[in-house]
Amino acid sequence: MSISTENPMLTTPFRIKGVRKETHDTFTLELESQNGKFSFEPGQFNMLYVYGIGEVPISISSDPTKPDGRLTHTAREVGVVTKAMKQMRTGDTLGVRGPFGTRWPLEEAVGRDVVIVTGGIGLAPLRPALYQLIAKRNQYRKVVLLYGARTPDEILYQKELQKWGGEFDLEVHVTVDRATGAWRGNVGVVTTLISRALFDPSNAIAMVCGPEIMMRYTIQELGKRGISNERIYVSMERNMKCAIGFCGHCQFGPMFVCQDGPVFQFNQIAPFFGKQEV
Amino acid sequence: METLETIMAKHDFLSRMKKPHLKILSGCASNVVFKPDQYIFHEGERADRFYLIRAGKVAIEIRSPEKDSITIDTVGQGEVIGWSWLVPPYRWHFDARAVELTRAIALDGRCLRTKCERDHDLGYELLKRFTNVVVQRLSATRLQLLDLYGNPLKRSKK
Repeated sequence: MSISTENPMLTTPFRIKGVRKETHDTFTLELESQNGKFSFEPGQFNMLYVYGIGEVPISISSDPTKPDGRLTHTAREVGVVTKAMKQMRTGDTLGVRGPFGTRWPLEEAVGRDVVIVTGGIGLAPLRPALYQLIAKRNQYRKVVLLYGARTPDEILYQKELQKWGGEFDLEVHVTVDRATGAWRGNVGVVTTLISRALFDPSNAIAMVCGPEIMMRYTIQELGKRGISNERIYVSMERNMKCAIGFCGHCQFGPMFVCQDGPVFQFNQIAPFFGKQEV
Repeated sequence: METLETIMAKHDFLSRMKKPHLKILSGCASNVVFKPDQYIFHEGERADRFYLIRAGKVAIEIRSPEKDSITIDTVGQGEVIGWSWLVPPYRWHFDARAVELTRAIALDGRCLRTKCERDHDLGYELLKRFTNVVVQRLSATRLQLLDLYGNPLKRSKK
């Protein structure tokens, strides 16, 4: 349920409860609602407004099974707004509109193997899905998380990745593009993990989030393993401004990413996915 | 007890290989084990083997001017390392180091080259499989070069 159902363009003030540095250019903001609960579906995003500077769409990365009014967003410093956001401190106030957009197909995945392929900051929009998979672990068969990062220092949520692989019944494989320091894990692009992962392609559903080119190669590899396009879901990123399908900034072929996405069943967008003109 | 031939038949690299061909391959095969950090081969040395990894992890490394060596890829269970035995001048192009305890089946490249010359069907079958491996690794390396997860802000400033 949205926090501002009457006027979706109005922001609601949230207080920053904590700021955590994740990597050299990514950070997680923990926000607390001043009006009580906040519910959302895994995969959805909020528009975060740094007062006086501007507004950006950021995926929600907190646990949807605990709608206690606390929200987390992991963002990367890539522009004026996220730079200002990174400098915010505990006690500061941020405007929130949302949640917006479509969800990951967790209901459709019940009784199936779940394969999550993600890279870089793409793990953030999938974290709520992972929390839900863990909370309802017995409803799913194998759960495989394949995650690629640039270097060992740029791996997001390192402690949680270890916990997911160790304490919960999740098969977690992490790889880096460039090995540094004493890294003894996998090296190579995340797509190379797909052929090694153990899952039943005939009964698997895949959720993919990362840079578009990474998703393109991931979809090819998933296809080689036998997962058809209608069982692959991707989260798209576009320049979302209004988040309610009015402004047209996030148009993607015949769709608006803010309303029809960000999570799409791949066969919906396959005809124009990866086309430079779209 | 499983024979080398039956173990090899279950390996992903040799899946659906014809039985007579598997029999020929097993005649050139032996079990090997590598301890963590043990080098399997070094760049420039004579490449007269390839390895089917049964368990463990192997780092493919290249020596760089700035550092001793850089890991460019890791290979694990069900995968194969070593294609240099197939291409003259039969010298390794990279180093290979076991990252953890690694069990593999080593195949004698010189023995196989002779057998492939005699049996072109076997040679073509192996060539198809190795070409697939080389293409996959080339494609993955090209993707790696893109710096997929680099910060777009810093990229645009360059």
